[in-house]
Amino acid sequence: MCGVLALAVGVLTFTALFVDMALDGFGRLSWDFFTSYPSRRPGQAGILSAWVGSTLVMLTTAVFAVPLGVATGIYLEEYAAKNWVTDLIEINITNLAGVPSIVYGLLALGLFVYQFGLGQSILTAGLTLALLILPVVIVATREAIRSIPQAIREGSYALGATQWQTVRYHILPYSSAGILTGIIIGMARAIGETAPIITIGALTFIAFLPPSPFTAGPFEWLFSPFTVMPIQMFNWTSRPEAAFHANAAAAGFVLVLMTLAMNGLAIWLRYRLRRNIKW
Amino acid sequence: MVKAESRDLSFYYGDFRALKSISMPVHEHKVTALIGPSGCGKSTFLRCFNRMHDLYPGNRYEGEIVLQPDNANLLAREVDPIEVRMRIGMVFQKPNPFPKSVFENVAYGLRVRGESSRRRIEEKVEQALQDAALWDEVKNRLHQPAYNLSGGQQQRLCIARALATDPELLLFDEPTSALDPIATASIEELMHDLKERVTILIVTHNMQQAARVSDFTAYMYLGDLIEFGVTDELFIKPKMKQTEDYITGRFG
Repeated sequence: MCGVLALAVGVLTFTALFVDMALDGFGRLSWDFFTSYPSRRPGQAGILSAWVGSTLVMLTTAVFAVPLGVATGIYLEEYAAKNWVTDLIEINITNLAGVPSIVYGLLALGLFVYQFGLGQSILTAGLTLALLILPVVIVATREAIRSIPQAIREGSYALGATQWQTVRYHILPYSSAGILTGIIIGMARAIGETAPIITIGALTFIAFLPPSPFTAGPFEWLFSPFTVMPIQMFNWTSRPEAAFHANAAAAGFVLVLMTLAMNGLAIWLRYRLRRNIKW
Repeated sequence: MVKAESRDLSFYYGDFRALKSISMPVHEHKVTALIGPSGCGKSTFLRCFNRMHDLYPGNRYEGEIVLQPDNANLLAREVDPIEVRMRIGMVFQKPNPFPKSVFENVAYGLRVRGESSRRRIEEKVEQALQDAALWDEVKNRLHQPAYNLSGGQQQRLCIARALATDPELLLFDEPTSALDPIATASIEELMHDLKERVTILIVTHNMQQAARVSDFTAYMYLGDLIEFGVTDELFIKPKMKQTEDYITGRFG
């Protein structure tokens, strides 16, 4: 009963805020809003550079966080000996999940921007957010692997399989639903992150797109300056004109939809992949 | 003919000595049953034969299990447990088919061995399913998930999965304890047919089952081998008082 009440309070509050934001911003949603750069004139301003930036940063984040996180999870569950070193790694991962995101921003500013000289680029943002969601991916991978019954492993080994064959043909396929869910939940968190991106010095006003991989070099875009959706929103809300606030509401509406869509995708994937797996 | 023989085999879970100097033969093309009360070490003993204990840290073997015809000690440190499991199959207490299709379950052991010819795999899968008396029931749904099968069929699938790789010795760890009497009867019948081509070592808590299916029986108690002998003799005229108490139901 208490749980239902708490849930209702949360859902109602979120719905009220979301509807309020949608009503404020709905008038601004049009094709032009998605294909225009930001502008001094609120009526002509759009989120083109922001959504392209967010998409590219997410892509970079996924490319770094997914292989590293999944590999770490598999290593810790299937390969690592259970001793004080793994205990230490485990405690660290759990703690990392609770570190405020701005701390990751400061780390990235010192390490990626100044030490490695990667600049205030999409690559830096992607690496920073990858670090941020790495614990989420690792924990999700471990949970998914742990739910596989030991009898399945023993069945595989009893047939003469090596450890890698067991991981490759059983552990990975059977845990993929949980792993994918974890990845998407992590990405949904990353897409809304503002603080670490501001800390590394993303631009708040940008009226060009990163160079296309077809015309410039294939990886030129990684080193391009960028902005992302939440920063664009932040920029607009700090303007005095009310018309910009409508823009911010519209961008917020799009951002929430993107997050909800990712969570929806996670639920659907989990359902699809789990349908064929029973013990 | 002896297929395998344990010599002074002791086994330790950490400091706990679960098996105490067990020496007994496993005869070729016969069924050997291990009986005894819960916790007597019969499953522990069985799992030494395919080095299953190597999967968990802190386990230690002492003594030997010698496999014929190569006269080699399976437990030797330099022997790769994967090599051992390539030759010795195992069927578990609870049916544990992989969450894949019927076909893929049986084909897995072949794929693990690097068999890539689709035709050869199909032949082997059909042969194994026939040997496990399952072919007629599943031939029209080879590509459906294995968990759609009944419990007894799942267990026969696990037997087919082990047979597909032509094991020399097949270990059964209480294979019928999760099954109903009809499914149990079909598995017992199957074991009887299988011993022509494979040596069988079975753990069972069911003495009637041991009497029905086995040629030799070993009675174990608290990690000790109390008595080993021809099944009929052991059940009718046991040499040891302890064995007699157990099989007449006065104990355990």
